[in-house]
This record gives sequence, C-alpha cells and structure tokens, in this order.
Amino acid sequence: MLRVDAQDKARLIDPLFQAGPRFWLAVAALTAILGWGGLMYVRQVSEGLAVTGMNRPVYWGIYIVNFIFLIGVSMAGTVITAVLYLTGVNWRRPITRIAEATTVFGLMIAGLQVIVDMGRPDRMLSMFIYGRVQSPLLWDVASLTMYLLTSMFALYVSLMPDLGILRDVLPEDAPRWRRTLYTFLALGWRGNREQWRRLERVTRVVSVLIIPIGISLHTVTSWILSTTLQPGWHSTILGPYFVVGAIFSGIALLFILVTIARQASSLKFYVEPKHYRNLGWLFITMSIAWFYFTYTEHLTLVAGQDLIEFPLLASKLWGKDALTFWGMALLMMLAAYVLISPLLFPHRWAAAPFFRPRVTLAAAASSGIALALALLPQTQAIVAGPTTPSLTMALLGTAGALALAAGVSALAWLKRHVATAAVIASIAVVVGMWLERWNIIVPTVTHPRLIAWTIYAPTLTEWSLTAASAALFILMLLVFFKLFPIVSLWEVAEGRIVDEAQARIAIPLPPESTPPRWQRFGIRRKLQ
Amino acid sequence: MPRWAMMIDLDKCVACQGCSIACRQENSTPVVSPQQAALGRAIRWNDVFPLPLNEPEGAGKYPNVRVRYMTRPCMHCSNPPCIKVCPVQATYVDEEGLVRVNYNRCIGCRFCAIACPYGVRYFNWEQPSWNPQMAQRLNPDTVSENGSLEGPAVRPKGVVEKCTFCIHRLHKARRKANLEGRPFRADEYVPACVETCLAKARFFGDLADPDSTVSQLAHSSRAFRLEEEAGTYPNVIYLREG
Repeated sequence: MLRVDAQDKARLIDPLFQAGPRFWLAVAALTAILGWGGLMYVRQVSEGLAVTGMNRPVYWGIYIVNFIFLIGVSMAGTVITAVLYLTGVNWRRPITRIAEATTVFGLMIAGLQVIVDMGRPDRMLSMFIYGRVQSPLLWDVASLTMYLLTSMFALYVSLMPDLGILRDVLPEDAPRWRRTLYTFLALGWRGNREQWRRLERVTRVVSVLIIPIGISLHTVTSWILSTTLQPGWHSTILGPYFVVGAIFSGIALLFILVTIARQASSLKFYVEPKHYRNLGWLFITMSIAWFYFTYTEHLTLVAGQDLIEFPLLASKLWGKDALTFWGMALLMMLAAYVLISPLLFPHRWAAAPFFRPRVTLAAAASSGIALALALLPQTQAIVAGPTTPSLTMALLGTAGALALAAGVSALAWLKRHVATAAVIASIAVVVGMWLERWNIIVPTVTHPRLIAWTIYAPTLTEWSLTAASAALFILMLLVFFKLFPIVSLWEVAEGRIVDEAQARIAIPLPPESTPPRWQRFGIRRKLQ
Repeated sequence: MPRWAMMIDLDKCVACQGCSIACRQENSTPVVSPQQAALGRAIRWNDVFPLPLNEPEGAGKYPNVRVRYMTRPCMHCSNPPCIKVCPVQATYVDEEGLVRVNYNRCIGCRFCAIACPYGVRYFNWEQPSWNPQMAQRLNPDTVSENGSLEGPAVRPKGVVEKCTFCIHRLHKARRKANLEGRPFRADEYVPACVETCLAKARFFGDLADPDSTVSQLAHSSRAFRLEEEAGTYPNVIYLREG
C-alpha cells in the first residue's frame, strides 16, 4: 500500500472525484464549440476547400499558421521540463505535469490541423504507404510522430507512481471504472527500490533524447518552408528562428495555463511567485533572442533589395500586411517591457506618488482619448476640432507621451505583482507569436513570382475550425486533469525531501566584520 | 529517348488565348462560377496573362502604356521543384521529361503548388462541374497505368492538376504506330495548344534530336526560359520579342 501526505491528498486527489457545476459548464461550452467546428468540418469535406478563404496562389492559410503555432507552443512542456530535470532545478516539480500535458495535447491538435488542411483526408494513410523520404513534409510527419510518442511516454512514465498512489488511496465511494483505470495504468507499480531505480534511469534517458527530438521538430517544420524557392522562406535563419519562437511561445502558454490552473484548482498551494520569477528569466532570454532573430531576418531583406523579396518586406512594413506585422512587433515590445523594466526599477522609487495604479489608468485613458481625437474623422462644423495637421501631430505626440507615462507609472505595480506581469506578457507573446506565424506564411503566399499579388482573408469555416481546435485543446486538458492530479505527487514529495536535506546543511556564516568602506579599496586611514 | 519541349515565339503570339481554349476543350478543365474565378479559383492549365502583373512595376501612363502578354503552360522543368516536395510521389517526372500528376495518389496537401515558382499548379477547390452541353462532350481519353489516373480524365475534388503536354495524345500516337507496325516518330505527337495556335507561335518536338525545329530554335539568340535564376531548367523555351 502506497501512502500520500494527507494535505496533498486533500488538495490533489480529492478534487479529482468532485466535479462541480463550473466544471460541467466549461465542458458543455467547449463541447458546443467543438460540435460547431465538427459541423463546419463536415461541410468543408462535402463541399471541398472552396468554403475556405484559400485560393490560387494562397494555397496555404490559417490551418498551416495554426499548425506551426501549435507545434511551437508544444515545445514548452517536455523540452523545458527535460532541461530543468537534467540541470537539477528543484523548483520545476509542481509545473512538470501541466507542461508535459500541454506538449502532448498541443501536438495532437497540431497533427489535426494538417488533416483538416488536406484536400483528400481519406488518403491520409498514403503518407505512410507511399511516403517519399525526400519530401520535407514526410520529415515533419516522422519528427512529429517521434516527438509525440516520446512526450506521451515521458508523461506516462512520470505519471506511473502517481497512478500507484491513486489506486491505493482512492476514496471508498469512487466509481468502479476509475479504480480499474488506475489499477490497469499503474502497471503494478509498488514503489520498491528497483522500480524507483528504473524510473530514474528511464527519465534520464528520455530527458536527454527529447531535447534533440524537440529541436528537430521545430527545425524540420521550418524546413518545409525554407526548402522551397519562395520569397522570404528560402533562408537558413528559419530553423533556429522557429526553435527560439517555439520556446518563447511555449513558456508564454505555460504561464497562462499555470495561472488559470492556480485560479481554478489547488495548484495555488504549490506554485509560488518564485516559479514565475525563475521561469521569467528564461522568458526574458527568449524574448531577446526572438528580437535578435527577427531583426536579422528582415535586415538581409532590406539590404538585399531583391526584386522578389523586397516587395514582401514592403508589404509587411507599410503595405497590406503592416497591421499584422506591427501588431506583432508592438505586442512583443510590450511583453519585453513588462518583463524587463520592473527588474531595473529601484525599490526606493516605489514610494513616489507617481508610481500608483491610478496614475497609470488615468494616463492610459488620457492617451486613448488623445489618440481617438487625433484619428477620428473631423467634420467641418467643429471649429475647435483638430483639423490642422500640426494639431493632429501634437495630439498623436501627446498620446504617445501619455502612453509612455502610463507604462512608467505602472512599473512599481508590475514589480509587486510578478505573476500578473508574467501573464500580461504571456498573453501578448501568445497572440504575437500567432501573428508571427501568420507573418511568415501569408505575406509569402500572397506575393508569388508569376501570379498577381492577392490578399487572404480566412472565412467563417476557418475561424470556426481554429476556435474548435482551441476548444478541443482546453477540453483535453480539463478532462485529463479531472482524471489525473495536476501536480506530480511523487515529484513534489521528493522535492520536499531534497529541500529538507539541503536545509540541514549549515553553511557557516563569514566572521562578523564590517570594514569601513575606504578600507575595501585598500585605503588605510589612521584612526584615533 | 525523346525529350519533349515547347518553343513559344512571343514575337508571333497575338494573345488570342486560343491555346487556353483549346486546352480547356482537350483536357476537360472544370468550369467555375464567376464568383469563384474572382476569388482566384479558376483553373487554366494554359494561362494567358498581362505583364507586368503588379502595380509597383507599372504598365506606364497614357499615352506611354506598354502591356505585354505572356502565355504559360506547365514548364515541365528538367529540375522540377514541385516533385521534390511531394510526400507521396503523386507527381513525378518520367524518362521523357514530362512532369506528371497521378490524381489517384494525390492527397491534396498543395505543397507542390506552393513550391512551383511559375504557379502552374491548380487545386480542385470544389467538385468539378460543367454546363450541361459541355458535360456531354468531355474528352473520354485517360492515361492509366497500374491504377494511376492521369491526363484529361475527370479530376476528383481535392487534388492538384496541371498541364500534361497532352500526354494522352502521346500515348495514342504510340499506340497507333504500334498497331501499324512501324516505329513512332516524334512529329506524330503535338499538344492541342500547339495544334491550334493561329499565329504559329508555338512549336513542339524532341529537344534530344538536334535536327528538330525546337532544337534549332533553342539555339536562337532570342531564346530564354522563365525565372532562369530559379535553376529549374524548363523545357518550355520562349523566344523574346524582338
């Protein structure tokens, strides 16, 4: 019989057997969205892809954008968990389960996008029967399958001791099928020394293997694009750029999911601001790397002034794709600001009356009003209206200055609320990275060589299937965490033992001595 | 082994679009509604389009306007980017240099259409349809070997199609020569667009034969290929306007 800490049981195991109205409401809402998506898909299959906004030359649209985005966010879980495991980071324990589940379900939904995009989904198995290993698409199928299987394996292996615990400490009134499920899935886990030794060894091997597999998946996904001759894609930078973007968006999604789970479940007892702060450092690093790659990618296009590639860049900077491009850039800058500047903000300034949330709100609201005044079309009747260009410019300048003031005055608040700041940045990054995938696919396919340039607007079908994919992803997570604990019971327990052991190691303090400041620089002054 | 090639003399082309119409009739290309055509879903294996294509390049202002017309079948590249990306070998190049599509194999991923620098590949966004008179007069020829489906056979919804150089005509000519018990000659086979060209701007033949018309014309100083910098070595060679 395996035992578990009483508090852990109350927080993590008991909620698995209580489903409140909130849970069923969420399941019903998500199922409704999913059902609508299913109907739209049936319509797409029966009528053909004509119901989408795709055309010639926009042969790939929002489905491929979603595919690349989902592949990216799935990087978070397993690879980050593996890196933290291998480097022996102790605070990883409460977030490993949710990270690994994100990876597995994200990859499943990503695979679904490809099937949704296919003109002949009934011939899907041809990929395996007649597969040509020379095709980058098949590399991706192989890489995705391998990453999915390895991630599922990693998730399952780390779940096994918990399944053994669940089997043994199940409440008396638990339904029979759940007892059978846990007993079957635990595969006879008894928690003896040999089993633990094997678990450690398997975890270590999988953790080492999954890093190259994960990197290969993101690189190969970029190779689908960069092995073609299309403008903007035919570049070596896309591989590392995708890997960086994947980790970046993966951490962002992880932050959002962890925060939602903290609100909705007992995860709040396990995840502390410490986790946000520590993972935040990785987030900042990826943010900087992302800016570096984005800059490099576009610099070569600017400098080259290639006849085929430059119109693409022009479209992004001031043409039809400017909205998505600058939207992405602004969101990423916002995220970087929210993450980095509170770290540079001195504690003692926080007392100044300027750094109050109400100042931020007032400045932001005034900025919005100034922007609206500057941009709203003015009729001749309003004599005092900003009809002259100089006044419009002045208003725009005021709006900018006020926005800046709002940002600066928010710093003290952001510094105090680490988790909220991380979530604000994460939402900006998730939306920004989706737009980034859009900016990689859409401008290129709308600017081909020998076809007139076009625009692409997704239809209701495409948006519905995108929403349904998101709903399916959340639904899978919800159901999964109703069946299995959201925090790895054994890893947290192990973490406590490690912490306790570390606390017992007493590092002697240095001898009490405070030399006067000048002595530190070797200056000796004669004292009376 | 012949290497099929087409020469298009832009000096002679009058942009009548006869090649496009002949191609439609010969290959049973589906007809789409004007709304779908406006969305860019018309299928034109042999397209005739004005150059320059886009605004920034500019056709000039009245009275100094210069619009040229380009007529464009599949290039049947010697180094085709489309076949390299196909995950299921639904599109491939045969030993005579023809880039072919097997409609029974295609999974509709459209990767080849993305990879083609010339935009010659078309996707069946919906079930193909014709108006009743045309539906009765579809070309009955098909090219089928070991369960494949090629040529002018009616394409199902959700697959990619493109110009085949009227490969069914090649098969027919070979069969005829076989039945008559004589060797097949390269000049027995000509695609519909070349046959119909009223300005005699198109020539078709065997590039491997140094005495053929196409070989002779390929040596012209006016000869060029589309997007030569892409390194695809098309077997459709144009003769520049003089």
